Amino acid sequence: MNPLTVPPPEVPALPEADCLRQLTRKDFQTDQEVRWCPGCGDYAILAQVQKVLAGLGRPRHEFVFVSGIGCSSRFPYYVNTYGFHGIHGRAPAIATGVKCARPDLSVWVVTGDGDGLSIGTNHLIHALRRNADLKILLFNNRIYGLTKGQYSPTSEFGKRTKSSPLGTIEQPIRPILTALAAQATFVARTLYADPGHLAETLAAAARHRGAAFIEILQNCRVFNEGAFDAVADRATAEENRLLLRHGQPIRFGPGGRRGLILRDMEPACVDLEAEPHRAGELLVHNAASTSPALAALLAELEPPHFPTALGIFRQLERPTYEDLLMGQIREATARRGRPDLRQLLESGTTWVVE
Amino acid sequence: MKPGCTDPGRELRELRQSTVRFAGDSGDGMQLVGSQFADLASLSGCTIRTIPDFPSEIRAPAGTLAGVSGYQLSFGSEEVLTPGDAPFVLVAMNPAALQVSLPELQPGGIIIVDTDAFTPANLAKAHYAANPLEDGSLEGYRVVPVPMTTLTQEATQPSGLPPGARARCKNFFALGLTLWLYDQPLQPLLEWLMRKFRKDRAVMAANGASLRAGYNFANTTELLRIHYRVAPGRLPPGRYRRVTGNEATALGLIAAAQRAGRPLAYASYPITPASEILHELSARKEYDVRVLQCEDEIAAAGAALGAAFAGAVGATGTSGPGLSLKTETLGLAVMTELPLVVINVQRAGPSTGMPTKTEQADLLMALYGRHGEAPLPVLAPASPADCFTVAYEAVRLAIRYMTPVIVLSDSFLANSAEAFRIPEVDRLPVPAPAAPPPPPEAFAPYRRDPATLARPWLMPGTPGYEHRIGGLEKQDVTGLVTYDSANHRRMVELRARKIAGIAAELPPPQIEGEPRGDLLLVGWGSTYGAMAAAVRQARLEGHRVGHLHLRHLNPLPPQLEPALRGYRRVLVPENNAGQLATVLRSRYLLPVESLSKVEGRPFLIREIRNAIEELLRA
Repeated sequence: MNPLTVPPPEVPALPEADCLRQLTRKDFQTDQEVRWCPGCGDYAILAQVQKVLAGLGRPRHEFVFVSGIGCSSRFPYYVNTYGFHGIHGRAPAIATGVKCARPDLSVWVVTGDGDGLSIGTNHLIHALRRNADLKILLFNNRIYGLTKGQYSPTSEFGKRTKSSPLGTIEQPIRPILTALAAQATFVARTLYADPGHLAETLAAAARHRGAAFIEILQNCRVFNEGAFDAVADRATAEENRLLLRHGQPIRFGPGGRRGLILRDMEPACVDLEAEPHRAGELLVHNAASTSPALAALLAELEPPHFPTALGIFRQLERPTYEDLLMGQIREATARRGRPDLRQLLESGTTWVVE
Repeated sequence: MKPGCTDPGRELRELRQSTVRFAGDSGDGMQLVGSQFADLASLSGCTIRTIPDFPSEIRAPAGTLAGVSGYQLSFGSEEVLTPGDAPFVLVAMNPAALQVSLPELQPGGIIIVDTDAFTPANLAKAHYAANPLEDGSLEGYRVVPVPMTTLTQEATQPSGLPPGARARCKNFFALGLTLWLYDQPLQPLLEWLMRKFRKDRAVMAANGASLRAGYNFANTTELLRIHYRVAPGRLPPGRYRRVTGNEATALGLIAAAQRAGRPLAYASYPITPASEILHELSARKEYDVRVLQCEDEIAAAGAALGAAFAGAVGATGTSGPGLSLKTETLGLAVMTELPLVVINVQRAGPSTGMPTKTEQADLLMALYGRHGEAPLPVLAPASPADCFTVAYEAVRLAIRYMTPVIVLSDSFLANSAEAFRIPEVDRLPVPAPAAPPPPPEAFAPYRRDPATLARPWLMPGTPGYEHRIGGLEKQDVTGLVTYDSANHRRMVELRARKIAGIAAELPPPQIEGEPRGDLLLVGWGSTYGAMAAAVRQARLEGHRVGHLHLRHLNPLPPQLEPALRGYRRVLVPENNAGQLATVLRSRYLLPVESLSKVEGRPFLIREIRNAIEELLRA
């Protein structure tokens, strides 16, 4: 906290301050009825977020959830912290303001593929580029749900929806590639259907200092059922999930039977049971690479020819926006002395009229 | 050299007020010498009002009409309310400057020109078929031809600077000449030069030599037979400084945040003519100013609102096109009832319009330009120094009533400068919420203070008050989401009553003039100076005319209707097509008349005088 800022108004201490006891998931639930459709992937995400928050060792009042518009953006109403349900696409901007006013708080952004990658892409890119310490959760269901079923910017080419009865004629935007291009310092992908992986990824983002971007693959039961079945279904999951582990050779499939190599600068799968000698050629995941090249290559992989990569694509350390901002304020204060309003008003040429 | 230390053969005439215009190429340093002249006039006790006229091109070709940069100031022993209708003295550093400025010069005015710049090439660039110094077209003016570049070169030789750098000192030659013309002392300026260029002694010496040379040239040649003295004025006692509207706005925001004991979060996107506020605040980080230059106008409004949610003084500045983009966020701020200050430095629109020209055409947008029923306070400063008071008041109202506030400044106020009486810091009211925070068990996000109807401001980080707000309709008191029809109606009413209730603490409008009369001029914003001057002149001539100027445009002050009805006719001069006139007509069902000027320029005093006389004759 900047020493110049007067603390918030004094209020009576709570008899049972949050910080004195171990919080549980229940502490982060509100009395509001959760109003997503039955079977919506958002329920699973909400549960894991509440669980992870409880494990962070911080009291509830130090969390702020900011959202835009869309199904996912109802999220703040269901988390018993401070929350701000904003306007379409603008959550990263609002959250940046919150973080700059109160760098000490843990600020989370909940957005969707329409909110974050259509109307709000600009804000998302710039929030990531600045590296403000925001945890940005992008629920990607590849459809507009709240407006009842139009194609979204992440819908696959040719997809038939209410607004594209003959199929879309647009290339989908790639969330992970967008985040990498914006030089985000933490870029990950997880999915609603794997609570363990979801919780692990959320916790890693929470520990990261800087802008963290998580694409969460999420099923829309009503308007895009089965969009991620290949990777979500237990039957096919092992074949179609590529779990990224920093410093490890990239293997997937049952028992890590298959692996990823680079052939003529293109990714290719190898069957290590058939060709065990190729184990030495496997790509090794390096989330700390300063080059986004490998992360970008992994982000592009998708069924049917490749598995979907899940986990942390990239994690780097870089000064946060608010640290640099407050650093400049401290520096200016050190150089020019404590602020004196009279001195400010009387700066420059002044004269006295008797 | 002391004032009055001149050839006794010269005549010294007393003036109550005078207007000077320095005009030259954008690279000629006209803004610098103009502002220095303004400071000197202020130091001598005069009241001042200045206005620059920049080219809209960043680097227009030298010598062209598009490249002319001007600085006009009016100074006087009485209250100077505008930068002057018509200059008495024009300093023209080249033919283009003469061409652009001549039409505004007073008949019989003085033209000081740098004859060295009147080359065939420069004359052609200024679209002169013949040299106006030689073809008799300047008859009726007093022309003072001076080879300024040559004389500056000679005078600055000892500085050792290369000839190009020495020639650039000619603006100080022109200033020295003008100082002699107005019987002003050189010493304060020489001292200023020593401070300003202490790290570059050669430049200091050259500018000082040039300044003295200009002064001495005027003193010794016979070109100027008369010089003038504008007697000191009678400003209220206090310490003063010169401020532009944008500087005063920045100072007002800092002062309000400091007095509130909160950081100032100013989020903005560069836009003419509001960017100077961004620059001023960026240079004042030691006052806990958290400046965010955002990716767009929308983000700037959003970040400022987010900062306000988190307990900072959240402000954003912009101009017309940017206000359009901030509109959605303003709606959110109305719904979430958070203190957000939006400074709109108006410029000529619609669309990109004329970005460097002034206009007041965003009033109806500020009042009504949001979807849904979304009332909010709208304030307008009347003069550059008033921008301080209004920016401060905007922060105070925003926090006290938990509401977004729009301030309507404009390009004229933003760039114009005048003397600002520096307020006693300890006497500035502390911007604070209407009521202290309730205990956590009594807290509800929309449980209002009964007097102001303001909801409590409990920001993230405060234990025990965790809550959620947003753009969806709120249940009264609890702030929970509801689409209940009776509740919506009640909330619409509550939001409207809260803003309307601000009127209760506003002072009734002050009329300059009698409470009753033939013609009342009602204005808002930057038209103040020209209106006040015109009305004073009309009153001196015995006309029953009054002037009422509105600082609060929403809510309007109490007792406004009887004030308007006290006069037979009401005239509203505005730099738009009649927006306040429309508001007053619809609000009070009065046949208010409109005097509209939408030319990208402020009113001249005489334009309003003429309108008054025409109406009184009718």
